Amino acid sequence: MSAFLLVVRRDLRLALRQGSDAALVLAFFVLAVVLFPLGVGPEPELLARIAAGVLWVMALLASLLSLDRLFQADYEDGSLEALLLSPLSLGALVLAKSLAHWLATGLPLLLLAPLLALLLQLDGDGFLPLALGMLLGTPTLSLIGAVGAALALGARRAGVLLSLLVLPLYIPVLIFGVAAVDQAVAGSASRPHLLMLGALLLGALALAPWAAAAALRPALE
Amino acid sequence: MAATSAAPRFAARALACRRGERLVFRELEFALGAAGALVLTGPNGSGKSSLLRVLAGLTPPVAGELTWEGRSIAEDPAQHRARLRFIGHLDAVKPALTLREWLAFWAGLAGAERAAVGAALARFRLEGRAELPCRVLSAGQRRRLSLARLLLRPAPLWLLDEPATGLDDDSMADLLALIAEHRAAGGMVVLSTHQPLALPGAAALALERFAPRRAP
Repeated sequence: MSAFLLVVRRDLRLALRQGSDAALVLAFFVLAVVLFPLGVGPEPELLARIAAGVLWVMALLASLLSLDRLFQADYEDGSLEALLLSPLSLGALVLAKSLAHWLATGLPLLLLAPLLALLLQLDGDGFLPLALGMLLGTPTLSLIGAVGAALALGARRAGVLLSLLVLPLYIPVLIFGVAAVDQAVAGSASRPHLLMLGALLLGALALAPWAAAAALRPALE
Repeated sequence: MAATSAAPRFAARALACRRGERLVFRELEFALGAAGALVLTGPNGSGKSSLLRVLAGLTPPVAGELTWEGRSIAEDPAQHRARLRFIGHLDAVKPALTLREWLAFWAGLAGAERAAVGAALARFRLEGRAELPCRVLSAGQRRRLSLARLLLRPAPLWLLDEPATGLDDDSMADLLALIAEHRAAGGMVVLSTHQPLALPGAAALALERFAPRRAP
């Protein structure tokens, strides 16, 4: 098995075995979304109107929740240092860890989102753009998050710093993700917005591993 | 200054290292031949770990040069990484993984064969616990598991940061036997320690001799 896949498998194993990370993220997502009908009232029109925005904002926050441990755990126990001496390049390591983060948190979010959309009375036309948007958008969240996690590595209150660094960078994903659903519900094309999400993903794939590696290097010297 | 049994393979010239704002050591020199051993001594904070990190290529030196068979290691860092095994003072053990899973991960990264995992666990008398999660291990057992990474695949240079910490007498003897075997096969070892180790023919390097002069 290649070094890349070994790291992905190890991180997934750790995420599932420690349980807390992946399960907490999903529990947070479900609970936070369920709070909205309680808070704003059960009127179907109002819920349907805010459904896409609520789901996307909560997905951003849920994805942020487990990011602070992305490099921190390996940094603290010396694994990161040992990984640095392996044949795997730092950029490939970042990519492998982002992929594992997405598989453990982004993918379950994507699967849960349509169920929660039912609860929020989302219009039937909005389901497919929601699912496709999440499929394209959540990997971008993990990749951008990896850059933030690398920058915040070793800082005190890394979790808070990480949110401040990463949330502004999440804005484009939020805008196009919500717009894709809203446009479909309004009867116009969601395709341009989904294409933009695809472009953001490609951009993040190209830049994030490089940027995160550059941020990690000084922390590891 | 360092006693070597052959022409130097791994050598440092006028090496200096900075951690943060502080110059840790300067003008540090050594030369190590095949089968050589170098024992780093010095008080806490004298730069033993920093030197090992420099030797591993993790921290670039601020001055001086490291050479392998006459060529600077900075020319090909990937090749240098491939010929060394670095066991830092942090053991990198993951409590949630079983011993076998943990070691198999590092074996895979090192390109070692599967059989090497069982053999390495057996050598450090951990095979009975292979399927248990690492969280059940004592500090000494974690250290042994960490050291088992040395056995996954042969590498000419071992860099060990206080490998003796937490080891009982039997494990100490295991470690020394392992180092002796490694050196008998022409391997080199650089290690830091606070306790005397029975390493025949090892050169000593007292880090405090290379401390920068303090400003008055």
